[in-house]
Amino acid sequence: MEETLKIIVLVKHVPDAQFDRHLSGEGHTTDRDESILSELDEYALEAALQLTEARGGSKAGNKVIALSMGPAGAVNAIKKSLQIGASEGVHLTDGALAGSDAAATSLALAAAIRHIGADGPVDLVLTGMSSTDGETSLVPAQLAERLGLPQVTFASSLEVDGGRVTARRDADTHSETVEASLPAVVSVTDQINEPRYPNFKGIIAAKRKSITTLSLADVGVDPSQVGHAGSWTTVTSAEERPPRTAGTIITDEGDAGIKLVDFLAAQKLL
Amino acid sequence: MANVLVFIDNPGQALKKSSLELLTIARSLGEPAVAFNGELHDDVAAALGAHGATAVYRPSAQDLDDYLVAPKAAYLAAAVNTSEATTVLVENSPEGKEIAARLGVRLSAGVITDVVAVDADGTAHKSVLAGSYNTAAKATTPLTVLTVKANSVTPEPAAAPSAPETVTVEVPADATASAARITAREQKVASGRPDLTDARIVVAGGRGLDGDFGPVEELADALGAAVGASRAATDAGWISHDAQVGQTGKTVSPQLYISAGISGAIQQKAGMQTAKVIVAVNKDAESPVFEIADFGIVGDLFQVLPQATEEIKKRKA
Repeated sequence: MEETLKIIVLVKHVPDAQFDRHLSGEGHTTDRDESILSELDEYALEAALQLTEARGGSKAGNKVIALSMGPAGAVNAIKKSLQIGASEGVHLTDGALAGSDAAATSLALAAAIRHIGADGPVDLVLTGMSSTDGETSLVPAQLAERLGLPQVTFASSLEVDGGRVTARRDADTHSETVEASLPAVVSVTDQINEPRYPNFKGIIAAKRKSITTLSLADVGVDPSQVGHAGSWTTVTSAEERPPRTAGTIITDEGDAGIKLVDFLAAQKLL
Repeated sequence: MANVLVFIDNPGQALKKSSLELLTIARSLGEPAVAFNGELHDDVAAALGAHGATAVYRPSAQDLDDYLVAPKAAYLAAAVNTSEATTVLVENSPEGKEIAARLGVRLSAGVITDVVAVDADGTAHKSVLAGSYNTAAKATTPLTVLTVKANSVTPEPAAAPSAPETVTVEVPADATASAARITAREQKVASGRPDLTDARIVVAGGRGLDGDFGPVEELADALGAAVGASRAATDAGWISHDAQVGQTGKTVSPQLYISAGISGAIQQKAGMQTAKVIVAVNKDAESPVFEIADFGIVGDLFQVLPQATEEIKKRKA
């Protein structure tokens, strides 16, 4: 029998990238009125579920905890994760968190992870390769630094065995295998698996799963350390880029390839 | 004068263009120094001097490359302290961003990624939400850490070359203690084409290619371009995942982006709409890509692309 695992999966609610997205307010923060679970987090959740199911799932004592930080709407990302198969949810929410940059976000999340670890050590913190809104990919590395844990980022395959994690990473010029001891912070790419959809049984089961709400005080973070005040960067201006407009559209009459080259020559792109 | 530290990691025999760009930006902000990792070849040392580096810091440890990110961040933090730099410039690669991320936590410094321009006062410019906004951001901390995208400036040598002094920086003893170790590495076969994220021209193909990337590759080679792809094409396994442009792939801002057989849904648009000039070829006149194309051709890409490739070869001959 393999050891059981306690895995925290970070999930984020983000504006649906299928539609126009906006920045607003004095702090130029992202509008999250119409938000969904970040698509890239589904791969992390799937990886967690596969690891724990191989060890007998929640019946055998494995845990997959969906942790999200953000305003009331963030609970939707947690609920979706519970429907897909996470065993419980934790929602870190506090008015003071609004406008947090990556440094402040990683500080608050690290505190929440330590809090969750207080009643039983956490083996893995799993994240997606980036959020689909901020896209900075800073948080996993900063979490590892703050928690003093090995960072295994951009994993395209993942194995856990005997207290160690082994992952494959694919870069443009090379592929590599990396190894670290548990606990570790691991981010996974969209190549690692095929995330499942919630099924009817999962949706019903999710209603009985618990979501714990934590405030900054609960995790021992002073409000001045997060939000706009606690961030180390500030957005000083934001301008919507004028939308691109269509140029010349032609229908091929047998010479469109030549016309294409004429266009490139006129633009001095040859 | 402000001290600006540029991190240069394992350049091999010659500095990359993106490193020369960082040195050029560093000179516009203050006095540049280099935190170097890896073997320092004579040509590289000479290029650092030619681009105005006043000091070259090197790590006391040789094993930083055996681990992921963490020890390099620890070394860079030590180099910042030694150099008393107030700005650090790092390349905008996935690893560069993560080194910057950890450096920020170590030294309580604001980190700004995906920067395309830096003002003299340290204000950094970038585009966010898949190119739909241009923002300006600033670190509010004494130290600023920026990761700068390639092709942001034209690299220029310094007016007066310098003879940088070499300084060894002590890497903290615990730098590798909780780091993931790299146990195996395989080089991939080089395509001989430019790197997708830095390329001046990108030719990309999608579903319309129906498994045959030949016409896209031939046009790319005639133009000296990189080859990109939509998610549909990489998911279908027609081309390596590395080539994916879009929300879950790479973001590119080339001078010219030629899109062939790609509908141009938002997921693809997110990765390429900051290209200077967009050309689209698609047989469906209703494809969204035509809404953002500077020049669009409604037609069969298997006719149009080879004809364009032949014409380019003829004109270049």
